[in-house]
Amino acid sequence: MIVVELPPHLRTLAHVGGEVALEAPEPATLGGVLDALEARYPMLRGTIRDHDTLQRRAYVRYFAGARDVSHDPPDALLPTEVAQGTEPFIILGAIAGG
Amino acid sequence: MSRVRVLVGTRKGAFILTADGKRKQWDIAGPLFAGWPVYHLKGSPADPNRLYASQTSDWFGQILQRSDDGGKSWLQPGTPAGPSADAAPGPPRGESNRFAYDTSAASGKPLTTHQWYDGSQHPWEFKRVWHLEPSPTDPDTVYAGVEDAALFRSCNGGQSWEELAGLRGHGTGPQWQPGAGGLCLHSIILDPADARRIFAAISAAGAFRSDDGGASWKPINRGLHSQYLPNPTAEIGHCVHRIAMHPARPQTLFMQKHWDVMRSDNGGEDWREISGDLPTDFGFVIDVHAHEPETVYVVPIKSDSEHYPLGGKLRVYRSRGGGERWEELGKGLPDRDCYVDVLREAMAVDALDPCGVYFGTTGGQVYASADAGDSWSAIVRDLPAVLSVEAQALP
Repeated sequence: MIVVELPPHLRTLAHVGGEVALEAPEPATLGGVLDALEARYPMLRGTIRDHDTLQRRAYVRYFAGARDVSHDPPDALLPTEVAQGTEPFIILGAIAGG
Repeated sequence: MSRVRVLVGTRKGAFILTADGKRKQWDIAGPLFAGWPVYHLKGSPADPNRLYASQTSDWFGQILQRSDDGGKSWLQPGTPAGPSADAAPGPPRGESNRFAYDTSAASGKPLTTHQWYDGSQHPWEFKRVWHLEPSPTDPDTVYAGVEDAALFRSCNGGQSWEELAGLRGHGTGPQWQPGAGGLCLHSIILDPADARRIFAAISAAGAFRSDDGGASWKPINRGLHSQYLPNPTAEIGHCVHRIAMHPARPQTLFMQKHWDVMRSDNGGEDWREISGDLPTDFGFVIDVHAHEPETVYVVPIKSDSEHYPLGGKLRVYRSRGGGERWEELGKGLPDRDCYVDVLREAMAVDALDPCGVYFGTTGGQVYASADAGDSWSAIVRDLPAVLSVEAQALP
């Protein structure tokens, strides 16, 4: 079970209150977690990565625990702590004013 | 008694303002989609409780919202709220937010680039929906004007979208270039007398018309003169800010261009300037009285770099003769120290009698006139910057 933390606006869209617990294929990869998240919450398709190219949106970052994995390839393995759900997989929106 | 519903999109959410036919006492609901820019909301003429909204952000992209109950509740078409089963039956979910440019060989014109600010070619990149135009006859059919400029259509209530690729593909697309607000398709007019005729306008490309339901398109910019272009009368490149039509006169179009207020009486084939005695002919909005096809409204803005009213005095100008001679309307509007802008989507009229006129400002005010512009009052003064205003007359 992988624990995913969403930014507040995406929690509102997905109608979830806090963290999301997901089953993802093993071994757990960056792309696999995002695929599982979008399958479970299809209203999030296109909000984190492009609908078709699956490129990460410019103002979104991914963290596996404390490690920035935003630029890792989709098949990159996630750390054991994240794969086992003891550390969260964090999706973060850039901080900005306005 | 009839009622009126005013749909307001702002930088930080949407608001719905409602009143009875007197239009004096208003109820204000919102913010909807709090914290997100809402570029446009519009109701279906065929079912006024069917509303479409464009919720969009630079962070999280495009969300298409629909209401079937006049804005009380909202949904993403085709995607039930909450988690889906791993193998949920039915059509693909999340398609309502997908606006994919048609680059297929089948379209015959696999366009990939347009002109960038520096004159180089730049890939077409979807950013947001600027304008939603529901069909006058079918609540499930709705058109979307998007940035980077293209026209999409949904025939299933917004569940999925297909590009009308003949617009980008007719030949001038590689010459289109963005204005300061982006390369946006902001005006869509569906001819009520001819279901095959569609008008669209793009900043900064110009106006376009289709006579075959959106399959093929041509530029309609003859008569426009834009000083900032190397060739001021070029076929393409004019920064059209807004076009408007009265439904009883589908051959007549009014245009607020970057500079110049224009009109055409032959479906856009030829344009002539009608700025006349306006104090400045820069501006963004233009609209037509609901019952008087020759009565036109604009909000003059000082210049292309000073986006506020002349002398800090907010004024609407009305022409009762289709242009050239304009009267200043200021009763109830600020006489001094007003430095707001009125953006291109932010003016609307209702079909009550007398005609109601509405506009919103970047300072968060929404002004209403229940007497066709003779006098004004603020429905609300402190919203986030207003991006769009639409009005619905309800039974």
